[in-house]
Parts: sequence; structure tokens; C-alpha cells
Amino acid sequence: MKLLIKNGHIIDPKTGIDGIYDLLSIDGKIAEISKDIDMTGCDVIDATNKYVIPGLIDAHCHLRDPGFEYKEDIESGTRSAAAGGFTSVACMPNTNPVCDNEAVIKYIINKSKQEGYVNVFPIGAITKGLKGEELAEIGELKFAGAVALSDDGKPVKSSSLMKKALQYSSMFDITIISHCEDVDLAEEGVMNEGYMSTILGLKGIPAAAEETMVARELILSEYTGIPVHIAHVSTALSVELIRNAKKRGVKVTCETCPHYFSLTEEACAGYNTNAKVNPPLRTAGDVRAIIDGIADGTIDIIATDHAPHHEDEKNVEFSLAANGMVGFETAVPLAITNLVKTGIITMKRLVEMMSINPARLLGLNKGTLEVGETADITILDIHDKKVIDVSNFQSKSRNSPFDKMELYGAVYGTIVGGRIVVQEGVVL
Amino acid sequence: MILKSKDLLGLKDLSEEEIEYILDTAKTMKYVITSNNKKTPHLQGKSIITLFYENSTRTRLSFELASKYMSASAANISASVSSVAKGESLIDTGRTIDMMGTDVIIIRHPQSGAPQLLAKHVKASVINAGDGMNEHPTQALLDMFTMREKIGTLKGLKVAIIGDIYHSRVARSNIWGLTKMGAEVSLAGPATLMPPGIELTGAKIYSTVQEALIDADVVMALRLQLERQKKALFPSVREYSKFFGLDEKRLKLAKKDALIMHPGPINRGVELTSTVADDKRSVINEQVTNGVAVRMALLYLLTRRENNEAVN
Repeated sequence: MKLLIKNGHIIDPKTGIDGIYDLLSIDGKIAEISKDIDMTGCDVIDATNKYVIPGLIDAHCHLRDPGFEYKEDIESGTRSAAAGGFTSVACMPNTNPVCDNEAVIKYIINKSKQEGYVNVFPIGAITKGLKGEELAEIGELKFAGAVALSDDGKPVKSSSLMKKALQYSSMFDITIISHCEDVDLAEEGVMNEGYMSTILGLKGIPAAAEETMVARELILSEYTGIPVHIAHVSTALSVELIRNAKKRGVKVTCETCPHYFSLTEEACAGYNTNAKVNPPLRTAGDVRAIIDGIADGTIDIIATDHAPHHEDEKNVEFSLAANGMVGFETAVPLAITNLVKTGIITMKRLVEMMSINPARLLGLNKGTLEVGETADITILDIHDKKVIDVSNFQSKSRNSPFDKMELYGAVYGTIVGGRIVVQEGVVL
Repeated sequence: MILKSKDLLGLKDLSEEEIEYILDTAKTMKYVITSNNKKTPHLQGKSIITLFYENSTRTRLSFELASKYMSASAANISASVSSVAKGESLIDTGRTIDMMGTDVIIIRHPQSGAPQLLAKHVKASVINAGDGMNEHPTQALLDMFTMREKIGTLKGLKVAIIGDIYHSRVARSNIWGLTKMGAEVSLAGPATLMPPGIELTGAKIYSTVQEALIDADVVMALRLQLERQKKALFPSVREYSKFFGLDEKRLKLAKKDALIMHPGPINRGVELTSTVADDKRSVINEQVTNGVAVRMALLYLLTRRENNEAVN
């Protein structure tokens, strides 16, 4: 099977390609990148005026399968990912049953092979049942196919246990992704602590609840010499702590999510539960600091933290509403509009943050359009604005605070292993 | 004049004119409840439901009497929070009540924003009788009514609010209402019970009760939830009353004839000494009477608004 993508602006940081070329894929592998490739016998995509980049990889999402299929399942979740331009996603283990054993890892991998529109890589739990008490069988998880470890949604409260998790997992060369939240400090908070929480009469989660645990992970990483990845960084001081640690040579990487550089706590006004997320949306100062961290390279990855929830879990009192927002189908438009169009980062840097660095974190041989590699390709049109309409989402859930926003950056094509999954913006 | 919204959710969203209008109407209503014949026909043919997800004696009774004095059909629903967590959603409960032909739903709920959620999904007017830590607008209206009645105006008044500001919907509604009406609000309480950013509302924060009391026209003590001690928000009731309790000596810092207020129920010897609570400057009992008048005014204005809309 031959697929020719014509006339696109190809950006592949690994090989240094940055210009208008044709790209030929044969039998799922990148075969050639050059000018005017012969189109005989090829399926052709005209990518004139579009960017052709290595397939986007989401290092942090929730597919809700198994256990919460009423929110999302592997089929709908990967359709949504494909629509958002992702060719691979790594899903968090807070499923039911928890993904803390080989059986669940295999279930996810097998179901994805049958029903998935994109590649799915499961992340295993750090502790059994995400309870923060005993280590999960990390070696087994790794060999079953887990690409990272995380108790996402819950922090590992015990510093001693986290130290041991780092040491033990390093044997298997698998990275820990830490959800940083001091739950004692967060108490029963439901949004960022500050003026907004005060005037809404809602309990606040102080920025310090995140920052104290970011500091702990940095210290533990420095002490053990073992890498750690900080999930969904949302505060100014977290960015600063990580920046300093990197300067000292600590092997830390981190991610943020589109909502942390696009929205502030003001989005919670009127008890808008679609803006309820953990960590919570912060202040304008935090948003600026996140953007600075993206600009200077402190923040390595943009992940979605795609967290689908049923309408019934959001259409309730704010304090009772579920945390999280769907993210696959808005990540690219938000990154293009708020980071690329504003000149904060280049398209090349975007590729690094949404493809190369996630691949490196998860140990995937992806993130490039080099000849011979798997043809995972994303095609973006960044020239026109489009109105986000949640009713058109491929996800089963609609919990997005970005509905009706007009944003640049539409996904024109998603190609997974040489197979067209999204063509002209439509999931096939 | 009619109220802009079909609901009364908080004082944050009311204009100065609307507050003035409600207080003026309440003045008329007070004649009714202090007369021998406590019955007016204003709410005849109207159906009013109190939907309380939290325990309450005075607020609920106050609303029920207000409805009955004005000839409405009144009924009440009590729901324990636990049964709600397991069972019917607030929206479903609200719709059910709405479909029975209810004109006004009065809701008290432990979650901030619950009345807003309900109001979005029902045709009936919704009155917030206290939601979480957000607002308790009818309490603040009755407080302001009492101040205005006793002192003549709210403009330029210095009102000291003392105690657990963090958890207090009474404090928040009073801050919104009083600052809108041109009063100056001073706050004092333990630092652990002071909500962040509250100074951005225009209220002034003092670290000692003495500073907040200086030249106050009104001194309002808030009820201290004693179980907050368990969460380390203050060390003991003893220490609280030592530093934030109102006694005669501290009250000397306020104006000579300063009003003493408390939303009730009082923990005697904690927020105020009994001497202060029963002092001739205390208007705590009148607050209760005025509560009925203010609630009658609101019920009248909200249902009249509905009538006007029907005509239009």
C-alpha cells in the first residue's frame, strides 16, 4: 500500500527536515521524503498549505476502559484521539479494575488492536490498587507492555514508598509519572484557592499543595539519581522548582496541559463544572509562568489529561462534580492558537513537545518521519479559525470548557502506520 | 420597579436600587407582622416550597410564616444530604417540584452554587436560604434592614464582622450587600478562618478584634462551629473567646450606642458574653422579627414579578 502526501510543509526535527516536500509511505513505513515524488499507484493526500509532522503522542490520558465505559471506551477514546491528531496515546491506570497487573495491561493492548483507531500504550500503576501502600508488580507490568508508571489521580503520599518506587522501577528502565498533590493541604478543595474560591464560597486547593510534592519528587530524584516525570504542572512555583532542579542536573521532565496555559480560575465563575479539574485552573500569573516554562524549555511535554465524564457527573453541584475535561480534540487548536500563533514557540518546538519528548518519556521508537520508521503522521492546517463545537466531538463525553471558542489549528489528517484514519478532518 | 432576576441567589448580583427596594418593601411588611391581624392576601393562589438539605429552625420557620402570613400554600421538604448523594439529583428533585405548579422554591444546601444550579433548571423562582460557604442573602437583607431601621441609613456605617469569616455565608452576603450600600466593613477573626483575597471585596481585614471594633456603628459576631477545632482551625473555644469573643470591655472601643448583632443561634460565652447578648444595644431578637418581614417582601416581589411578566 502506497500513500503519498503531496506538497506539505514537513517538519521533522530529528532529521532536520523543515520545508515543502512530498512524503511517501509504503506498507506502513516512511519510504521517501523529497520533491515531486511520482504518484503512480499511490493514494494521494494534497497537503498544500498544511504542516506534515510526526504523529502526535499524548503521554497522559484516560480512556476509562475497563470499568467506566459509559464515559469513554477504547473505541470512542481513540476516535477522539485520532480526530485530535494523535497517533499514539498513553492511558492512565485508574480504571476498574485498576491497571496494576498483566491481565489489565493485556486487555487494553488487545482491545486497542481490535478496536483502536490509534496506538494505545497503557501506563501501569505504581502501587497496588492505586492505594499508595504496596508496590504493584512493576516488573510484570513492564514486560506485559506498560510504558510508564503512575498512580495518577492520586499522589503517592508516603515519601519512603515513592523513593522505593523510583529505585525499583529503575531496574526495569520504566519512568514514574508523579501526580503531585499534598492531599492534606488540598483538604476538600474543589478549585484553586484564592479570590475566586472565596467569592464563590468554594473550598480552595492552594498552589502549595502541588508545589510541596513537586519539591519532594525533585529531592527524591536528586537523592536517588533516578529520573522522574512530573504530571500536569499548573503553578508558577512548580515551574520555578523544576527549572532550578534542571539547572542542577536533576533528571526531571515534566508536562503541562492545554488548559493550564489557556484558562484561569475565572473559568469556574457561575459554578461552571466543566472548568473543574485537578490540579485546578490557576491564576493569570500561573498561566504566564507556564507559558514562560514552555518558552524556555523547562516544560518538556504538552499532554492532554483527556478526562471524559458523563453529563450526569458534571451537571451537579460544583463540589460534587467530577474532576477533569476532555482534551484530545482541543489540544492542537489551543496549542496552535495560544503558543504558536502568539510566537511563544515554533512549529518545530511544538513537534518536540507533542511527539518527540512524549516518545522519549515512554520509550517509544516514534516521534520522527525518518525513512524506515513507522508512518505515524499528523497533518495540520493552522491558517484558519474554527469554532469548537462539543456536539461534534468523537469522544463519548462533552465536558469541555472550550465549547464555542474560535481557535486556529485544525487537524486535517491523521495517519497511523500508513493507514489514513482522519482525512480532511473527518474520522474514517 | 421589578427585580431583574426571577431568583434571589445572592447579594453579589443585586443592584443597590434593588436592595433598597427590597428593604423599603420589608418596612411595609413589618407593619403586618406587628399588627393583630397577621394576614394579607398577596400570595393567595401561590405555592411555595421550602427545600432544605441542611438542618435549620429559624430560617425555615421564618420563610414558612412569611408564606402563611401572606396566604400562600406552603409545604416543605427535608432531604438529608446522604440520601441525596445516593439518590435523586438536585435537578431531578427541582423539576419534580416545579412540575407540581410551584411558584417559589426556597432552598438551603450544603454545596455552594446549588441554588444557581436549581434556578437554571426550574421555571419557579428560587430563593437562596443559604448555600455552603457562598451566600445567605435573606440573612444579610434582614441584617441591613435592622441596621437601617435603627440607625436610619447604611451609607457610611462602619460594620465590624467578627469570627469565622472563611466558612460564613452570612459574612459574604453582608460584605456584598453592605459595601454596595456604601457601608464600610471591617473583618477580624483567626488567620486560619480568614478567606484568601477577601480584601478584594472592599472589606478591611484586621488581625485583632480590637482594631476592627474601633468606632464601629454595628458589631456583628458570627457563630463559631465548635467542631472546627478538630480540624486545627483554632486551638480551643477558650482561646477563641479570649482573643475574639465580644465582652463589655472590648465593646467600649465601638461607638457608644453601637448595635450588637448575631445571626443566631448563639454560643453564649464564646462569640459573645451573655451580658453583651442581652445588653440593651443588642438587636438579636429584633433581627428575628425583621427576618420574617424581609422574607415576606421577597416572596411578594418575586411573585409579583411573575404576574407582571404574565401581563406583559
